[in-house]
Parts: sequence; C-alpha cells; structure tokens
Amino acid sequence: MRVQPVVTLLLVLGAAIVLLPFFWMISVSLKPADEIFTPHVDLLPSRLEWSNYARAFTEVPLARFLLNGVIVCAGILVLQILFTVPCAFALAQRRFPGRTLVFGMVLAGLLVPFHVTAIPIFLALARLKLLNGYAALILPFAASVFGMFLFRQFFARLPADLIDAARVDGLSWTAIVWRIAFPLALPAATAFAIFSITAHWNDLFWPLIATSDPAIATPPRGILYFRDQEAGDDVGPLMAAAVVVTAPLVIGFLLAQGAFVRSIATGGLRA
Amino acid sequence: MRPGRRIREALTDLWLVGPGVAAMLALIFVPVALVAVLSFTDYQFGARSFRWVGLENYHRLFTDPIGRKAVTNTLLYVAIVIPFSMTLALLVALGLHRLAQTMPRLSGILQAAYFLPVAATLVAMAIAWQMLLHPSIGPVNAVLKQLGLPAPDWLSDRGLVLYTLAAIGIWQSVGYNMVLFLAGLAAIPRHLYEAAAVDGATRGWERFWTVTWPMLGPTTLFVAVITATNAFRVFETVATLTRGGPAFASDTLVYALYREGFVYFKAGYASAITMVFFVVMMVLTLAQFALIERRVHYR
Repeated sequence: MRVQPVVTLLLVLGAAIVLLPFFWMISVSLKPADEIFTPHVDLLPSRLEWSNYARAFTEVPLARFLLNGVIVCAGILVLQILFTVPCAFALAQRRFPGRTLVFGMVLAGLLVPFHVTAIPIFLALARLKLLNGYAALILPFAASVFGMFLFRQFFARLPADLIDAARVDGLSWTAIVWRIAFPLALPAATAFAIFSITAHWNDLFWPLIATSDPAIATPPRGILYFRDQEAGDDVGPLMAAAVVVTAPLVIGFLLAQGAFVRSIATGGLRA
Repeated sequence: MRPGRRIREALTDLWLVGPGVAAMLALIFVPVALVAVLSFTDYQFGARSFRWVGLENYHRLFTDPIGRKAVTNTLLYVAIVIPFSMTLALLVALGLHRLAQTMPRLSGILQAAYFLPVAATLVAMAIAWQMLLHPSIGPVNAVLKQLGLPAPDWLSDRGLVLYTLAAIGIWQSVGYNMVLFLAGLAAIPRHLYEAAAVDGATRGWERFWTVTWPMLGPTTLFVAVITATNAFRVFETVATLTRGGPAFASDTLVYALYREGFVYFKAGYASAITMVFFVVMMVLTLAQFALIERRVHYR
C-alpha cells in the first residue's frame, strides 16, 4: 500500500487549517458589509470591496500606528546594538577584571522574562514623567542579554591576528569594534535584528502598560483601539487593518524564509 | 605594563563594557530586586507609603478563589498546549522530512505555511480568530449548524473558553516546534537507518521506534521545555479575546499580573504574582540551559 499520497494529503490539509485564519482575515477584509452580516457564510467575497482598506486608514490613525511601530522597533534595535555590541566584544576579545562576573550577569539575565521587570520599570518611568511617550516604549529594552550572548559567541570566533593587525595600524578599540568586528558580525546582527523586530512589532504587553494615548499606539495596541471602538458594524475595515498590521512581517518572512526561521529558532534560547 | 598604559586599558574596558553593564543593572537586576521587595508590601501605584505584609500577597494568590483560578488556568493551559502542539509538530516534521526527499518544493511551501503563525502579529490573528469563531457571522459555527451539530459560544462559554485559547496557542506554536523537530531529524545520521534495516527494521513504524524516536530524545525534551516556557507567558490572546473572562474562566498568571498591577494598581499583589511567574520561568529556562549543554556534548 502506498502511504505517501495519504501523508501528503494530510499535510496539505493540515496546512490549510493553519492558513484558515489568514484566509478568513483577507476574505472578510475584502467583503462588502452586507456579505459579512448574512446568516449563510460565503468563503469568498462576491466582489472586492477595497474601500474597507481606505476606511481602515481613515476611521483610526492606522498609518500613525504603523509609523509608531517603525519608530519603536528601529529605536529599540539601534539602542540594543549600541549597548550590546561593545560589551559583547570586550567579553569575547579582552581580558579584564570582572569579565566572568559580567558574563555571569548576561547568563543570569537570560533567566529574566521582561514581564518580571515591568512593575519597577513602570514606577521609574512614572517618576521620570516618561510614560506615554516613545521613550517609555523604547528605553526599557535597551539591554538585550540575548543580543550580548549572540554577539559574544560570534566575536569569540574572530581571529586574534585580525585584531592585532588593526591595533598595529593604529585603530582605536572603538574603531575596531564598529569598523572591523561589527561588519564581520553581520550574520549575527541580521539574526538579532529579525528576532528583535518581530518581538517588538508584535508585542502587546508593554504598550498596553506604558501608553494610554492612541497617538503613540504601536500596531497591535492600535488595532485593539479600533476593535474596541467599533460597535460590530465595521468588521470589514477592522479585518483590513489586521491584514495591514500583519503584512510587513509576513511578507518579510516569505522573502527571507531561511533567515527568519534560523533567527526565531535561536531566539528560543532567550527567556 | 606601565601604569599609564594600564589605566588606559582599564578605561577602554570601562568604555566598552560600562554602558552595557549599567543598562543590565538598571533594566534587569535592580527591577528584579525591587519586585521581590514589593511582593512583601501592600504598595499601590501612586500611594505615599506602604506597609510590610510578609507573605500575605502570596497567601492570597494561592487561597483567594480568583488568584487560584489564574494559577490553575495557566497550568491547565500549559498542560493542554504541550502534548498537542508537540505531537502535531512531530507528525508534521516527520511528514515534511520525508516529503522533502520526493517533492522538495511542496515540502518547502508547506513548511512556510505551518510556520506563518509564528511570524504573524498575534493580536491581529487573534481578532481574525474571533471573527472565525463568531457565534453569528463566523464560518466555524455556520458549518457546525449546517451539519446539525451544536454551535457553542467558543469565547464566552465559561467551560469552553480556556480550551479555545489553548487551541489558538497550539495553532500558533506548531510551526515553531516543527522547525526544531526538523532540525533534530536532519541531524540523525543516515547510517543508523541502514544499520536498522540490516537488523530487520524496514517498515516505517519499526524505523521510527528503533532509530528516529530514540535519536530525537534530546530534541523532544528541549521542545517540551520551550513549549512550556512560551505557553506559561500566554497573554496576547487573553488580553485581546477574553480579558480573563467570563468570570475569570480564562484568567492566567501574566494577565492577572497585568490586571492587578496596571488596571487596579495593586503593585504589591502584582509583584507577588510576578515572583511566582518568575520562579516557574527560571526553572524552565535553567532546564533549557542544561539541555542545550547536554545536546552539545551529545554530538
């Protein structure tokens, strides 16, 4: 008996089930309102109602949410790289007193999920009057122990000769970190960037806590504002907004599948 | 070394390491210490003072019906997600691993499909699920009604809601676990199957039990711990779909932490919830480290 065709069929069926929410989200986002609210449910729209997308952008500041997402993700990534790369480099390539202690801090930090630090960080931001601004969304993520771990591993493999040669050429350590080591660590940086951007574009926990002003809502926070304010008659535009919010990462994933899978799979290391 | 040079070197180290260490202290270690201290107080956000209450917050979490509900719900959620997500992921990985030999393109496309929920924005996808499961305009219940089956209120039925959230959690995590299993499968040396065939294990099941399953052992354990770690922090779907309701039937630890801390501003009690969550996560992550370490030696 041939089992392969049966297995293949089951795999395709399973994939179809996994894709069902994506399919339904896109289908509803293109349906005219009267086709959404009918007792009998059609899988596909009879005609494409593109105005749902236009309404998604006018009924809530969706473009603003997207821009906020870009600002927050970019801000976090830049800060994380500025703080982690030099430290990771020193951990891998220099001998200094307290090196074991600092590396121990990195490992211990991996044990701490962000949720654990939320209350004191919220208190501190409130004291500093920084809540409800980009700073509140960006600053708490500046220290990425996962990034330190990842970059340290990569920098440890750089040949010592390379760094000695750069020293002989008169380069400062700062220049060695940013002009020699960091460009060589681009594969690690890419993996880290994908991991960081995915985590923060999708995060709801912290934006829900740190902001109450829709003007600085990140995409997931913004789409919740939309869902909560519409009274159930704007399902088409709501689904259109969901498509728009999901699209950047999904398209990125489809374009760079391998890099994405590797990055997210190594991300499992972090707590 | 000359003293001048030594000072220069020390300054270089400080310049490179200092900002990172300061950030780790300010954003991780000091907050952890503070949250541990706060968990023994009745502090409320905005209050001028607080009282030491000893273990009262912890006592409340485990004896108060609502607190206990959050703990048991989280455990039940994790207990459902782990076996289902892992079994499905293993089956999919085994199937795709084999399919890759005959139809690599199709295998690749299916792999992308299964992985898609991992990359997608969970809040947006949760709203898509809400529409899919909608009692009056959702296709799931429309099909059930057509088949003459009961059409339940997936997200507002007290007895059902946690299972619905768990199903979404499984949907979201299968692709991730599949990737880990595929990596495990790719690492099994071919000659083991050949040796097994010589010993008479030629049928699919025999090959699986004599070679694949024992060789996947470390991966399986690792996947179990990772799935548990991720399931324990379930928050996005709860916050989007149920807010812990109805009647706390889908309340979980992280959602309770959020609600008590940032909706009711009970920082002390929320800190105790945080600490319980922290201890569980710490144990799971340490297990993860130990397994990674062992896997390295294993190869």
